[in-house]
Amino acid sequence: MPEPMLDLPQGTLDLLILRTLALGAQHGWAISERIHQVSSRILQVRQGSLYPALHRLERRGWIKARWGASENNRRAKYYELTKAGRKQLEAETSDWQKLAAAVARVLETT
Amino acid sequence: MLNDLLIRLRSLLRRKTVESELDEELRFHFDQQVEKLEQSGMPPEEARRQTRLILGGTEQVKEECREARGVRFFETMAQDVWHATRTLGKSPGFAAVAIVTLALGIGVNTALFSIVNQVLLRPLPFAEPERLVSLWERNVIGDSDYNVVSGGIFGDWQEQATSFEQMAAIGEDSANLSGDGGALPESIGTRQCSFNLFSMLGVQPAAGRFFSEEDDRPGAGGTTVLTYGLWKRRYAGDPGIVSQTVLLDGKPYAVIGVLPAWFDYPDTRVQLWLPVRHEVSSADMHSRSNHRFFVTARLKRGVTVSQARAEVDGIQRRIHKQFPDTLLGKGANVLRLSDNLVRDVKPSLYALMGAVVFLLLIACLNVASLFVARATARSKEIAIRAALGGSRWRIVQAQLAESFALTFAGGALGTLLAWASVGWLVAFRANLPHADSVRVDGFALAFTISITVFCALFAGLLPAAGTRTELLKPLNEASRSVTGAPGRTRLRRVLLTAEVALTVVLLVGSGLMLKSFAALRSVNLGCTTSNVQTMSLSLPDAKYEQPSERAEFFEELLRHVRAVPGVRAASVVTTVPGAGHYMDNTFRIEGGPAPRPGQFLDAVVRGADPDYFTNMNVGLLRGRIFTDQDRHENSNAMVISESMAKRFFPDSDPLGRDVVIDWDGAPRFEIVGIVRDVLSDLDRPVEPTMYFPMNSGRFGYGTLVVRSAMDVTSLALPIQKEIAQIDPELAISDVLTMEEVIGKSTTAARFDAFLVLLFAVMALVLAAVGLYGLLSYLVTQRTNEIGIRLALGAQRADVMGILFLDGLRPTAPGLVLGLLLGGACAELIRSLLFGVQPLDAIIFATVAVVVLLSAGVACLYPAWRAAHVDPVTALKYE
Repeated sequence: MPEPMLDLPQGTLDLLILRTLALGAQHGWAISERIHQVSSRILQVRQGSLYPALHRLERRGWIKARWGASENNRRAKYYELTKAGRKQLEAETSDWQKLAAAVARVLETT
Repeated sequence: MLNDLLIRLRSLLRRKTVESELDEELRFHFDQQVEKLEQSGMPPEEARRQTRLILGGTEQVKEECREARGVRFFETMAQDVWHATRTLGKSPGFAAVAIVTLALGIGVNTALFSIVNQVLLRPLPFAEPERLVSLWERNVIGDSDYNVVSGGIFGDWQEQATSFEQMAAIGEDSANLSGDGGALPESIGTRQCSFNLFSMLGVQPAAGRFFSEEDDRPGAGGTTVLTYGLWKRRYAGDPGIVSQTVLLDGKPYAVIGVLPAWFDYPDTRVQLWLPVRHEVSSADMHSRSNHRFFVTARLKRGVTVSQARAEVDGIQRRIHKQFPDTLLGKGANVLRLSDNLVRDVKPSLYALMGAVVFLLLIACLNVASLFVARATARSKEIAIRAALGGSRWRIVQAQLAESFALTFAGGALGTLLAWASVGWLVAFRANLPHADSVRVDGFALAFTISITVFCALFAGLLPAAGTRTELLKPLNEASRSVTGAPGRTRLRRVLLTAEVALTVVLLVGSGLMLKSFAALRSVNLGCTTSNVQTMSLSLPDAKYEQPSERAEFFEELLRHVRAVPGVRAASVVTTVPGAGHYMDNTFRIEGGPAPRPGQFLDAVVRGADPDYFTNMNVGLLRGRIFTDQDRHENSNAMVISESMAKRFFPDSDPLGRDVVIDWDGAPRFEIVGIVRDVLSDLDRPVEPTMYFPMNSGRFGYGTLVVRSAMDVTSLALPIQKEIAQIDPELAISDVLTMEEVIGKSTTAARFDAFLVLLFAVMALVLAAVGLYGLLSYLVTQRTNEIGIRLALGAQRADVMGILFLDGLRPTAPGLVLGLLLGGACAELIRSLLFGVQPLDAIIFATVAVVVLLSAGVACLYPAWRAAHVDPVTALKYE
């Protein structure tokens, strides 16, 4: 049964993907599952958003891809962070935290 | 950045691999999700269904991934072009018409741009050419902005002017070249220059060296520098020719060097160069009144042309005040050297360029119109595409793809046309500077590609302009194969109006230029011009130094030539009418009013034998011609032209008056006769002329004129043989009939006029075809309506009238607009016209009639078809 999902704005999805890959190389399915798990099952990433995002990130040089064997011995495309990707992750994380804090403050006071 | 590019390239070049990888990736994701659901207890079928629901449509994901890859535009464009080519292949007629139209428009533009590029735009091949200028005297006699300079003035400028690094003088001459074993003597064009000319221009010799200051002295040994052309032609490029000796007019000259192959300044007729101070007498080099030199100079850095002009003009004014009684310019002019070379040709080349641009626009309008018509016919197909989710941009893109395919095909064909015809065009035009280097080069190709892209965008996007809200309409209407699309029809009408307007401008232009050429051609030279053979010769100084020797030569020449069978009459004159001004001189009238200080009497100088006037039908008005008895020292008789009598003897009788000519020795002549005027140049007003007897021996050059009862050109060779009998070393040049002499001065005008006429006719045909197409379409569209009208009792004539009016609707405003625009353009080409006013009423009226008639003819068949519609069929027409 599909669970209640929130649609992520594009930039945020990139951030989540980078964060997930910071822990190690994974294939698209695993990334999607991990985000779903870690967000307490609130964030379900659609296939339709995930793969275009992955290809975009690859073009920008923040992640790189290679083909390998999955857990059940099938061919899967694995993605991992590049050095530039790590830097981008740091920058975007810091931006996000600042943004979240600012929004929270505004919501508190008004 | 690089990564991005690499990935995009990979997506483009290894599309299949990339696509199959994406496929595999998505399938993997799908299978993992299914497995996850199965593991939670769901049956396999249910799991698959749920997964499909969760994950959504695969195609859309793929599409988004493709977008994310960033090469979508190229992929779709390539797809569209391929599709467009196949679609066009199905309508070969349409494709052929469009391609040929575009090939014509683009081709002539490329050809003409190549010419303009080499002739007008290309910088001179010298070092820092923008600092090279030419200097002129101004207003020597009357109003002349560009008069050649005298040796004395050249010296004055060299001393006094501070704006220039260097100056050099160039004089023109011809010589008999011989003495190089075997080869026949030939008469060649030569130039005399200051020794520093070549270093000033920045030229390096291809062999040997150039003149030094030592060579440029009166007493130096004769030296000469050959042009590359002469070196290759006559000496087969033998480097051994340097330091050999050749004979010029019988005098020995050492060949010291050869100019490089690219050096064709001032034109290709110059064969060799000589040092000016060696060739020209000291007296002439210092004379301020004998004007013969073309002066060129290099500006100092930082000095502008206008600054230099102001300085030299000021200097010249001072000199003029200093020598009020000498014939010299009241001011001076400085012109950039590159401008100087193309002064005569610029206006007509720009006019031709304007004409081809118009033709290109007309071609584009035509093709755009064809596209609109095609879109109308395919409106159903376009509507379906739109309904299936095709964005407006995608549809426009498809049309652009077709447009690009057609225009690039047309452009390629046009470039071939241009490449093949450019050489021919230049040869026919004549008198174009740098003509030999005109070709379709990289620059011209870049130009071609840009105009091709412009055409593609213009023709491809314009149809989209008129179809804003109509994409889906065709689906709603009752199914007809050709639906009424008012937006598109209006667009076609507008396009046609624009076409007609531009065509009218071209017609007006060509009409004016044709009339101008006809006027030029019909100018009465003042003498016989049909079936007259001419040939020119020049007596070398070394062999014919004495006046008596020269006089004897010409006498013997005429004796021999008159004896040649077939020759009815033969004469000699120094310069034939229509061959140019050539020489003039100042004089004083004995017993006449003293001229004001600084004012000079001047007239054109000609030498002739006594029978010249009767032989060439130059009528004698009063008095007599000098006779054979007037010879040598006793030859003091002269004949003047009608205009000279009017100008200088307005109130008195010239006959019997004495005139003193400003030659060495101030010889005195008595006016014994007055003859009718002849023109020196076809397109210049008549000039006062004075004739002296050939057997005075004053002239060492002349042109033989021969008349015959039969075709005179057959006598050319026998006559040359006769001349060779008298003097085998003498070279003959310019063997032309009088018609050819005149033709030379009208060649350019004729070429321009006929070329523009060709463009105008092409444009008219295109516009007429466009009108025909539009009207045919209208008839088909309104068949129902016409059927109803006919059924209700309308006459066939009425129907035809309606259709003709329909054809007139876009034509009339186009005509009016075109006439207005044509008037403006006519003013622009005023300087090209001879004997014609720019706003010539007859031309404009003729053009209007031609356009209306052509429109009428174009409408004829569709209107006739409309009138013969069978009402019954029309009413059933779906």
